[in-house]
Amino acid sequence: MRAALFVTCVNDALYPRTGIAVVRLLERLGVAVDFPAAQSCCGQPQYNTGYRYETEPLVRRTARAFAGYPYVVTPSGSCAAMIREHYPRIGRKAAAEGRGGELAEAAASLAPRVYELTEFLVDVLGVTDVGAYFPHTVTYHPSCHGLRGLGLGDRPRRLLAAVKGLDLVELPGAEECCGFGGTFAVKNPDVSTAMGADKIAAAAGTGARVLCGADNSCLAHLDGLLRRADSPIRALHLAEILAATEEEPLP
Amino acid sequence: MTGTHLGMPAFPAAAPAFPAAAREAVRDEGLRANLRHATHTIRDKRRRAVAELEDWDRLRAAGRAVKDHTLRHLDRYLLQLEEAVTAAGGTVHWAADADEANRIVTDLVRATGEREVVKVKSMATQEIGLNEALEAAGIAAYETDLAELIVQLGHDRPSHILVPAIHRNRAEIRDIFRAEMGGWGRAAPEPLGDDPRELAEAARLHLREKFLRAKVAVSGANFMVAETGTMVVFESEGNGRMCLTLPETLISVVGIEKVVPTFRDLEIFLQTLPRSSTAERMNPYTTMWTGLGPSRGADGDGPSAFHLVLLDNGRTDTLADEVGRQALRCIRCSACLNVCPVYERAGGHAYGSVYPGPIGAILSPQLRGTGSAIDASLPYASTLCGACYEVCPVAIDIPEVLVHLRERVAQGGPVTRGGVRVTLRPADGHTAERAAMRAARLLLDRPGALRAAERLLARARRLAPRRLPGAGRAWTDSRELPTVPAESFRDWWARERSDPR
Repeated sequence: MRAALFVTCVNDALYPRTGIAVVRLLERLGVAVDFPAAQSCCGQPQYNTGYRYETEPLVRRTARAFAGYPYVVTPSGSCAAMIREHYPRIGRKAAAEGRGGELAEAAASLAPRVYELTEFLVDVLGVTDVGAYFPHTVTYHPSCHGLRGLGLGDRPRRLLAAVKGLDLVELPGAEECCGFGGTFAVKNPDVSTAMGADKIAAAAGTGARVLCGADNSCLAHLDGLLRRADSPIRALHLAEILAATEEEPLP
Repeated sequence: MTGTHLGMPAFPAAAPAFPAAAREAVRDEGLRANLRHATHTIRDKRRRAVAELEDWDRLRAAGRAVKDHTLRHLDRYLLQLEEAVTAAGGTVHWAADADEANRIVTDLVRATGEREVVKVKSMATQEIGLNEALEAAGIAAYETDLAELIVQLGHDRPSHILVPAIHRNRAEIRDIFRAEMGGWGRAAPEPLGDDPRELAEAARLHLREKFLRAKVAVSGANFMVAETGTMVVFESEGNGRMCLTLPETLISVVGIEKVVPTFRDLEIFLQTLPRSSTAERMNPYTTMWTGLGPSRGADGDGPSAFHLVLLDNGRTDTLADEVGRQALRCIRCSACLNVCPVYERAGGHAYGSVYPGPIGAILSPQLRGTGSAIDASLPYASTLCGACYEVCPVAIDIPEVLVHLRERVAQGGPVTRGGVRVTLRPADGHTAERAAMRAARLLLDRPGALRAAERLLARARRLAPRRLPGAGRAWTDSRELPTVPAESFRDWWARERSDPR
């Protein structure tokens, strides 16, 4: 099986280890991974801040970069939700405003082929035990767009629970937003920080040493708060845990 | 003129933008504790109450469908309602905006010769600032809902749709009752503790006097039934029923979106509204009245004069917007407030409107326009986490409307104002952001340039300051920046895969 990796701009520039982990993980499971270099940002920061026109070229670019791939895998529930939920909407609006049906077609064609990593593993590959080893106490924060936008359900937790050596502890109030929210984090920094502070306090209460998530943008916010507080907890993307094995532990 | 200041000041038009107002609330530990306790209690109860119904999803879809159908044919149903209300002995008045509605109500009260009215909790009358308008005309308006009474006595503003005094705790309420009740009517009994029963009894005694004296009542309504002309009020305390049955004249101010076509449609909302709002299977009091009671001269309950003021105040303009109109489906249950993590930290007052929380963030900028600082900031008062959409009993996609309104603020676009289609220019204060978004897009749309920028960032990574200047300060004041890696994923891939060296 062949799949294209949509690494996302945040991971490309700031969290390359997450992308590398996805490549290692998928290849270990027998998937041939392609990385179309023409890919860029999905346009979510622009779209969610109200700049729909600035989003359109990025929708077009993303759709073109992944044309022809039956599976596009991304380690971000938020970016997957952007493509699945909002791309068709952006395409329809552009068509309604008289900018041709081409964008609408490209968006509609890409949307159903995009899979968030845990969906791809559980639904397409049909695995929950990916052969990972990670001997630590971990708590999982399900980011909002994966949880409510994509309906990931318990897929991430099932994958984590199957990791050898991993002790998964429930995060109280897990379904509450961490307060990142894209530009919300800088437009409303006080509320954003208050929400994040409650989230890391909940994580600290579990006794876990790792706060796991499936969206590095939420984790950047939480990790930033954890490090400012000199917390012993570290924020880590789920892909990096799933990629770790006894032979090749997490660096 | 009573000379008494009736409290509950209207929300000022020049309210500070949401981030600044929220900053104050976030620092208020007591407020945050009150809100956290109250919202978490009710959200857990709501979850259990909703889970009891196996057909919740179908009820939700049905509620949405009834509301959408009604809004699509609103002109027809409003005329049908007017006919039915008139046939039942009532009088219908049409108010295009707040000023017109206030003038109508003030004139109606003046015509009775009375100088005071009792009120059942009504969002619509708060929206138009009726109490202030009546006060200016020398008419005292007494709120009779317990929480509204607390807010009014405290010269405060409501901060929640269902629990207007949610930001107050028991001790604060006792202090307000002690200090203020005497100036308004029957004083609080001495000694007064902060036990809820004692507080409720004090309010009961105080209010009873008003109910028995008042000749005019002002109400809102949760629903209006077009086919029968029936007005419906859902409540918990029974004070509303007193207002609707005791006074001789009843004046109801109701938003035009509250109409439903048939009596049978209420079946849906009788199930979804109480469970969504108070987490109860049924609310303690559901009062329905149609025109005049059998009382017209004879014995029985009900007013001998009934006036229905149908309020537009921006609703028709909202209806003209294809995405935004779904906000008019709202049945004011407040479930979205109780699950909203932003509301929980910012408190209701930060929204600068009688409609706080997620629904307020999409309703206020549509009813009032996005011209003021507060209204332009409200669409951004959300992380788009989607919890509000998940609990909404009429399935309003609040995040979708928020993004739609952000677009209106950031890049402008067509809107309807006063029935006229106009094109809004982008709001002020977004120039730097617009330039940044455009620059980002230009960079992101050129992978070669993006790669070069990533390399530049990687080379300069040791120079990254702990605290950023300018807009970046909003991040680094409370959070560390991510560490920039030595190599981007793009470069790693090129080195590993396509360019083996």
